[in-house]
Amino acid sequence: MTDAGDDPWVARIRGVSHRYGKAIALDGVTLDVPARKMIGMIGPDGVGKSTLLGILAGVRRMQEGEVEVLGGNIDDAKFRNSVASRIAYLPQGLGKNLYPTLSITENADFFGRLFGQSAEERAWRIDDLFRSTDLTQFRNRPAGKLSGGMKQKLGLCCSLIHDPDLLILDEPTTGVDPLARRQFWDLIDRIRERRPEMSVLVATAYMDEAERFDWLVAMNAGKVLDTGTPQELREKNGVDTLEKAFIRMLPEEARAGHREPVITPYVPSEGPPAIESHGLTQKFGAFTAVDHVNFRIERGEIFGFLGSNGCGKTTTMKMLTGLLPPTEGEALLFGEPVKGGDVEARRRVGFMSQAFSLYTELTVRQNLMLHARLFDLPEDKGKARVEELIKDFGLEAEADTLAEALPLGIRQRLSLAVAVLHEPEVLILDEPTSGVDPVARDGFWELLIRLSREKGVTIFLSTHFMNEAERCDRMSMMHAGKVLAQGPPAELVKERGAKTLEEAFIGYLEEAAAAQAPRAGTTSDEPVVPPPPPEAVAAESAAHAAPSRFSLGRIWAFARRETIELRHDRVRLLFALLGPLLLMIVFGYGITLDVDNLTYAVLDYDQTTASRDYADGFRGSKYYDERPPITSYAELDRRLRNGELRFAIEIPPRFEDDLVRGRQPTIGAYIDGANPFRAETARDYVNATHQRYLTVLRDEKGLPPAAQPVIIDNRALYNQAFLSLYALVPGDIMLLLILIPSMLTALAVVREKELGSIANFYAAPASKAEFLIGKQLPYLAVALIQFASLLLLAVFLFQVPIKGSFLTLLLGGVLFVMASTGFGQLISVFSATQSAAIFAAAIITILPAVQFSGMFVPVSSLSGAAAIGGRIFPSTYFQAISVGTFTKALGIDALWPQLVSLAVIILVYFTLSVLLLKKQEA
Amino acid sequence: MKNLRHIFYLGLKEMVSLARDPVMLFLIVYAFTFAVITPSKSSVMDVRNASVAVVDEDQSEASRAVIEALRPPEFRPAKEIPFSDINRVLDRGKYTFVVDIPPDFQADLARDAEPTVQIVTDATAMSQAGRGGGYIAEIVKNTVEPFWRGQGEPEAKPLVGLETRPRFNPNLEQGWFVAINQVINNITVLAIFLTGAAVLREREHGNIEHLLVMPLRPFELMFAKVWANGLVVVAAAMASLFLVVQGVLRVPIAGSIPLFLLGLCIYLFSVTALGIMLATLVGSMPQFGLLAFPVFIVMNLLSGGQTPLESMPLVLQKAMQFVPSTHFVSFSQAVLFRNADITMVWPDMLKMFAIGSVYTVVTLSRFRKMLAAVQ
Repeated sequence: MTDAGDDPWVARIRGVSHRYGKAIALDGVTLDVPARKMIGMIGPDGVGKSTLLGILAGVRRMQEGEVEVLGGNIDDAKFRNSVASRIAYLPQGLGKNLYPTLSITENADFFGRLFGQSAEERAWRIDDLFRSTDLTQFRNRPAGKLSGGMKQKLGLCCSLIHDPDLLILDEPTTGVDPLARRQFWDLIDRIRERRPEMSVLVATAYMDEAERFDWLVAMNAGKVLDTGTPQELREKNGVDTLEKAFIRMLPEEARAGHREPVITPYVPSEGPPAIESHGLTQKFGAFTAVDHVNFRIERGEIFGFLGSNGCGKTTTMKMLTGLLPPTEGEALLFGEPVKGGDVEARRRVGFMSQAFSLYTELTVRQNLMLHARLFDLPEDKGKARVEELIKDFGLEAEADTLAEALPLGIRQRLSLAVAVLHEPEVLILDEPTSGVDPVARDGFWELLIRLSREKGVTIFLSTHFMNEAERCDRMSMMHAGKVLAQGPPAELVKERGAKTLEEAFIGYLEEAAAAQAPRAGTTSDEPVVPPPPPEAVAAESAAHAAPSRFSLGRIWAFARRETIELRHDRVRLLFALLGPLLLMIVFGYGITLDVDNLTYAVLDYDQTTASRDYADGFRGSKYYDERPPITSYAELDRRLRNGELRFAIEIPPRFEDDLVRGRQPTIGAYIDGANPFRAETARDYVNATHQRYLTVLRDEKGLPPAAQPVIIDNRALYNQAFLSLYALVPGDIMLLLILIPSMLTALAVVREKELGSIANFYAAPASKAEFLIGKQLPYLAVALIQFASLLLLAVFLFQVPIKGSFLTLLLGGVLFVMASTGFGQLISVFSATQSAAIFAAAIITILPAVQFSGMFVPVSSLSGAAAIGGRIFPSTYFQAISVGTFTKALGIDALWPQLVSLAVIILVYFTLSVLLLKKQEA
Repeated sequence: MKNLRHIFYLGLKEMVSLARDPVMLFLIVYAFTFAVITPSKSSVMDVRNASVAVVDEDQSEASRAVIEALRPPEFRPAKEIPFSDINRVLDRGKYTFVVDIPPDFQADLARDAEPTVQIVTDATAMSQAGRGGGYIAEIVKNTVEPFWRGQGEPEAKPLVGLETRPRFNPNLEQGWFVAINQVINNITVLAIFLTGAAVLREREHGNIEHLLVMPLRPFELMFAKVWANGLVVVAAAMASLFLVVQGVLRVPIAGSIPLFLLGLCIYLFSVTALGIMLATLVGSMPQFGLLAFPVFIVMNLLSGGQTPLESMPLVLQKAMQFVPSTHFVSFSQAVLFRNADITMVWPDMLKMFAIGSVYTVVTLSRFRKMLAAVQ
């Protein structure tokens, strides 16, 4: 391994290709990336920037080619693990690698622990990073409640906590407001000053950002177009801005038809304004998101909305669309108040929300077609319109691609196409161009201008791009729920005496921020001089030791984080702790194999003393429940069929007569066989009642009791009274301890996969075993609490005593919940989506737990697949332990095979999980 | 009209989504094949395949006759074990019954000395313990008849005969019941989880909000999910009924299939509505799992499909009346086995519909609130 200090290259890429299905993301890329520099990757959407960064970070599996990062082969798992602590990776998407319910400090702390830092070191580093990012005052706020800019700053803090030699940032500032963006880059500059040996690799869609990088890589269609300093690139192409240079570099077909959008002046039109608001206010509890906002937007106008992240732009837009009823004030569309339920008004509005409003499992064309139909376009018109949009928005190549496979920028394009599909009169667009490349953005604007100028569509949009804001007819600047200034962009710049719109905007923002929250501590303008690191920390961080193979610290980092998440989710915790108790009570009383209250009726054809005497034998027993007598066979048949009667007794005509004359009359017992278990039991009851009648009859007649060949001595072991309770309550414990903990754990891994935070695991120097054990521990703890509470219920509420070895039961219970949470985790590792995971947990566990475990049917009676199913599932073994220790009075000497089997199952599940878990993306 | 078209197209979209999830499709197939066949063939709550061991201390013709008489389908072929093993095998749950035939068994029979046969039962095996002992006693008595030289008269014909005639399932094949019950359980679990997860997925991906700015009404979104997921389940359940229950398991279906189908549709309306309602009550997928699963477990175990409803405490019986599966279990048994006609089962159908309507009303009123939670 070479030291970071002397290698001229941080990464050397040779012939790297990567494809997703048929789509080629990287096409034989060969590139040497210089070390100790700030390197930018620029290019249109979906040209393979993210894929390349993922490969360099070691989180994406390589398909073809060779890549050396920090002097070693990144495709080698061993090397990857040893170098993980020298690389930091911030994936695309605002706060995607953060844990939304954890506070800012808890998030950063988790990353520190992951890299094995001591408490002292973590405290110092977190303090240092928060000071320089201005996050200190928010340290207890959950990450999910942060604005986009703050999320990215926190993401950066988390990446920087272990002093990486290579920092990889994938579009870190997409969707971040200009002020926050400026602070973000200042922060990176400061960190680089302190650690000049660090290399930074950034993908960005903002060309103005790219101007400040040391070296650029321009990419298109999976290939590198050119490299060099920004100045070199500009000069080579003979233009004055990087944006123009980039467009020049693109091959002819990629920039076909591209031209700078030209705005024709806005001509005011007649009639009431398209959008109007008076004192529009929205409060969430004590927090005022939008504070008395007034607008008046004329028909056909393009109105821009510029503001910091979390300033209330999105909330305002939601009120205008009727998604959120305002707390105060009113919003008018074409002079009519906006009402949530007004379906017809929605046809006049097109809305593109920040959250993706697409069905990722549908193709581009299917998404458009669905919307055409939902807006009631006639089928042929709809088809034509969809084709038109596909052409207009340059989606031809992707028309039949699933939306989930589309890169961010193209998804945004599709979202916009969806918003304009029904030719609305008003378009409300929430950051429509975030993450979209310059060429596509210009194409976008041409469309918007055409819509506005030719068709008179009113456009209301929010943006973080200054050049877009400049194109608007009028704009407003917003901060902390209030409008700071409103007017044509040029006037606003003039008013402020600024050179550019950005300067004017930041001026407004800083003024507002200072006025609003005069606070102690640092502001972003002061130079930050962090306190020197404590000696111990300095020594520790001086060398990046290769991480140990197995670390309790990392397990604890995962476990601790999962615990905090669980603790913050009160509802889930409540369900997890109370659910089993409630179910246990319901089951304890409800699940019983005792059959009683059988409904029956008598069809007495004889109507004599003797026949009534026979019928009397069924009366007054808790096993039977008599219904009005039957008068005909047809009635008997009907009442059995409609389920009223479980059985019917038919006493034949001349019963008494035949009895007296010894002609052996025969009673008929018709039993509803639909539920055979109940029917068999009913048959036994009827038989017993009949025998009792016969015994009494023989006595009355003075006949001797019948002789018998053998005496049968029936001895019931363990449960002499045949009480269901003693057999079923231990079974209920088994049932609940397999079902609930496995459901609880089933989402642990797959949720991270679906929401994106799994990238942290990919990038961390942690093994799969550490990750899995760490994540399982908190659920294990919850399951143990469940076990304890169920035991208490069984003993004290249901009065089922533990006759055997209590210690064996405890040991069995601990092993069992380890197995059931392990099973949940196995499902979680295996499933691709959360819905599949909960579905699998429900459907796979319940069958062996209820049917094959021995709770209702003895295991020794099972055969075939059922017997195998029972044997490979832990519930069978714990059922034996639970019933054994509770009711059979057994100890470890009899139950050790079950304990051993559980231990083996735990190991098998764990091994399978480790094998199935991926440490890299595909 | 427009409403219906919206519901139709949104439903189609649901199906496309489902078709693209291979794990889900696999689980649906698993639920309606393996999860029906296996328990029906093997896991029956009855004296079937009961395991029995014999301690033969006599080793005579008579004792061997008894051993041979214990045979399928009620019993597995009996195994001989030494006397000292009785407690061990019962402790381990290897056998549910042990029959101890005493020394001089045959000789005692011949001299009418009334030998004592001991039947030891593992009384924790509740579904077999009670009746199995009686069966064995009956078998022993009948088998030894030829070896008995009793002084007393053989038992005369009883004064009154009893003829039990099980209806609707003449041989009381438990497998029939289990098969239908498994189909019902899988209908329930699919309907709840498919629809509930579909709602939460849209919400976690921000789609609900988007749909609500279109000219759509909440009930259109809801009914689209109801019909699409319901149809998938109906198709799977009917295929399972014909191919698996009738085809593979050879269970005769007595009643009217169209009537069953109608009841099934009503049930799916109510239970998909339940799934959506549960989804609107929680905030995330993990919470949904923990809420919906216990609901399903209760429906699975307490609706009368696993253990008889009438044995439960009255309060619980009453409470279960508000759960649609209770009515569906009773409806299915009536139609499929007892060939009940609509005049007999309409109350069940009406109750299922009423319960479904209540869920629907609750869900629709929760939809907007759910939106507020998205912010």
